[in-house]
Amino acid sequence: MTQEPRTDAFVAFEHVQKSYDGVTLVVKDLNLTIGKGEFLTMLGPSGSGKTTCLMMLAGFETATHGEIRLDGRPINQVPPHKRGIGMVFQNYALFPHMTVAENLAFPLEVRGMGKDEREVKIKRALDMVQMGAFANRRPAQLSGGQQQRIALARALVFDPKLVLMDEPLGALDKQLREHMQFEIKHLHENLGITVVYVTHDQGEALTMSDRVAVFNDGRIQQLAPPADLYERPENSFVAQFIGENNKLPGTIEELSGDKALVRLATGELIDATPVNVREKGQKTLVSIRPERVEFKPEMMPPGAHTLDAEVVEVIYMGDILRVVLKVAGSDDFVMKMRNTLGQTRLTSGQKIKVGWHPQDARALDP
Amino acid sequence: MAEAIPEQLTTADGRPLKAALQAAQARAKRRALLLVLPLLLFVLLTFLVPIAYMLKRSFEHDGFASAAPALVEWFRANPGFDPANPPEEAYAALVKDLARMQTEKTTGMAGTRINYSVPGTISLFKKGAREAATLTPPYKEALIAVDADWAKPALWRGMESASHVYTTEFYKVASDMKLTDDGWSRAPERDRIYLYLFGKTFLISAIITVLCLLLAFPVAHLLATLPMAKSSLLMILVLLPFWTSLLVRTTSWIVLLQEQGVVNSLLVGSGLIDTDGRLQMMYNMTGTIVAMTHVLLPFMILPLYSVMRVIPPSYARAARSLGATSWTTFRRIYLPQTLPGIAAGSLLVFILAVGYYITPALVGGADGQLISNLISFHMSKSNWSLAAAIAAMLLASILLLYWLYDRLIGIDRLKFG
Repeated sequence: MTQEPRTDAFVAFEHVQKSYDGVTLVVKDLNLTIGKGEFLTMLGPSGSGKTTCLMMLAGFETATHGEIRLDGRPINQVPPHKRGIGMVFQNYALFPHMTVAENLAFPLEVRGMGKDEREVKIKRALDMVQMGAFANRRPAQLSGGQQQRIALARALVFDPKLVLMDEPLGALDKQLREHMQFEIKHLHENLGITVVYVTHDQGEALTMSDRVAVFNDGRIQQLAPPADLYERPENSFVAQFIGENNKLPGTIEELSGDKALVRLATGELIDATPVNVREKGQKTLVSIRPERVEFKPEMMPPGAHTLDAEVVEVIYMGDILRVVLKVAGSDDFVMKMRNTLGQTRLTSGQKIKVGWHPQDARALDP
Repeated sequence: MAEAIPEQLTTADGRPLKAALQAAQARAKRRALLLVLPLLLFVLLTFLVPIAYMLKRSFEHDGFASAAPALVEWFRANPGFDPANPPEEAYAALVKDLARMQTEKTTGMAGTRINYSVPGTISLFKKGAREAATLTPPYKEALIAVDADWAKPALWRGMESASHVYTTEFYKVASDMKLTDDGWSRAPERDRIYLYLFGKTFLISAIITVLCLLLAFPVAHLLATLPMAKSSLLMILVLLPFWTSLLVRTTSWIVLLQEQGVVNSLLVGSGLIDTDGRLQMMYNMTGTIVAMTHVLLPFMILPLYSVMRVIPPSYARAARSLGATSWTTFRRIYLPQTLPGIAAGSLLVFILAVGYYITPALVGGADGQLISNLISFHMSKSNWSLAAAIAAMLLASILLLYWLYDRLIGIDRLKFG
């Protein structure tokens, strides 16, 4: 969870704590370093402290304890307008009484930049987000997606080294959101800027980020690249929060190196990979991704433990078939099957056996 | 696909679509009208009708025209007569009318009408009417023998003017014009009161508006940004005076500001001024400005608050993150967005202040009177037409301001709350 401070740390949080009321901590001992040019996403449910962290970095909230450094310089006492950090807000916060060009000129004007230089930069920034033709419009005359682009251009027009984004795509519809995710990603790659991105949408976090910090209860639960996060969650919160998950509660029966034998509450034995369990007899929660569940014996590794299952429901979802099963006492165990030609069609009430590769079943804290 | 669009769309059974739509909506419209009817009637009877009546009174007066039919007839027959030397027939008609006034007891009414433009005429008419029955031709000499003022050209001009039921005379008087022997001209400097008072009223109203804006802006901002519990408490403090009687509020300012009042006593007590140097803050312009600013403050706070409340704090944050200092953020981002509220509040306060009556009447003394006090004065003197003319001019200037405002800022940008 905690990493050694990287030598090229561009942004560093050190033992940062934040409390609003002096009674509870919203952020509890945050240690995080962000490398130059990195795209880091803070992901978590609402109230997990991710937005507070972003606001502390932007300078709108002060840390109750600890130090925040930007490019090696402590910035706790630096007011927001001197931090030189670009920011994209959830509802864009485009100034409604200014045109698009005036909005973009604002950060340049307050920096005392001359008119000619301003115009060059504004044009470049607008072209960058393909909004060159909209310079004289007012924000109210633009669609949500267009406003989003302008907000992006405004945060980038004064060449900040660090750009913060606070759920910038939250107000867009699904299709537009996915499109913008790629555009932001490409801008990040082309400009070489560092981005700290806050979202509660795990899909967004996985597609865009170099690393994702999963927040819950004021702490980073796991900080890892997207693939690690999805495939190797370190605790049951991360396993549940990222993607869909089947949970089977049980007790460790045998523990040997990277293998564990878990006895479920209903008495069956299953194979699992121990993650944060330490000893025999410990309670655990085994998590298995629905797409890693197999029901054809030839797809399972030899000698794998299997469980009896009864099909409760088959939901047709187009690209996949979602099968709800009654397994080991729980009746919301989900299995996802690819909708391929010749795929076995299951019907409700059908009795099958399910199993998985031991490394796909992760024994986590209960 | 390329079907021609019919000239008139019809419903399935062939009725024109527009007629069908109207029929369908007629019932709903009738019901809606019934709902607003009581208010409509109320506004019509208590607001529009009196205003229309007042406007009519400002240019209509038949006090003389109805009492002196013979003279009116003579004026119609001789439009180009010489007021400096009216002929015998005019005097004959006048004497006939005076005798008639005596019997019909309309002398006062006719004299008052002429008195508006030619002061001192009431007694002249009374005297003339008493003697009229005894006069013998030639009437010109006989009447002038009763009183030499009957030969004054200004009087004849006044009577000719008053022989018309509809007249602009009252507007001329309200614009500081005076009827002299040579016709209408500007009144001598010491008699010009109306335009001066108009100017003063507008100036004081402007001062009060600016003071209200300066005081209300921070309060409204506080109201809009404080947490709900605290801001509701503060809102009650704003509204409490609003709910208190105007008379009570004005009187409490008298208690505070008069010569032997709380503020002066405190100043004397603290040794800042000695007892001979007590400040005159009441019964003058200062008193009017202080009390009216206080009374009108909520009308500025509420529109400002309603606008500020919906300005998301993210605008200020965005400006700060883009590198603006807090002052620049206020000046370039926050202030422009509060403009509709500033405009609405200023318009409201200014218009209310221009027509304000009670407070200046109570605390204004001689120096702090406004145009509305003059209107009230003329009403109390039964000079309704002049009061109506001044009021109409006030109304016109406010409508002019409103129109200007609409051209410059736009009424649709107004937000009252």
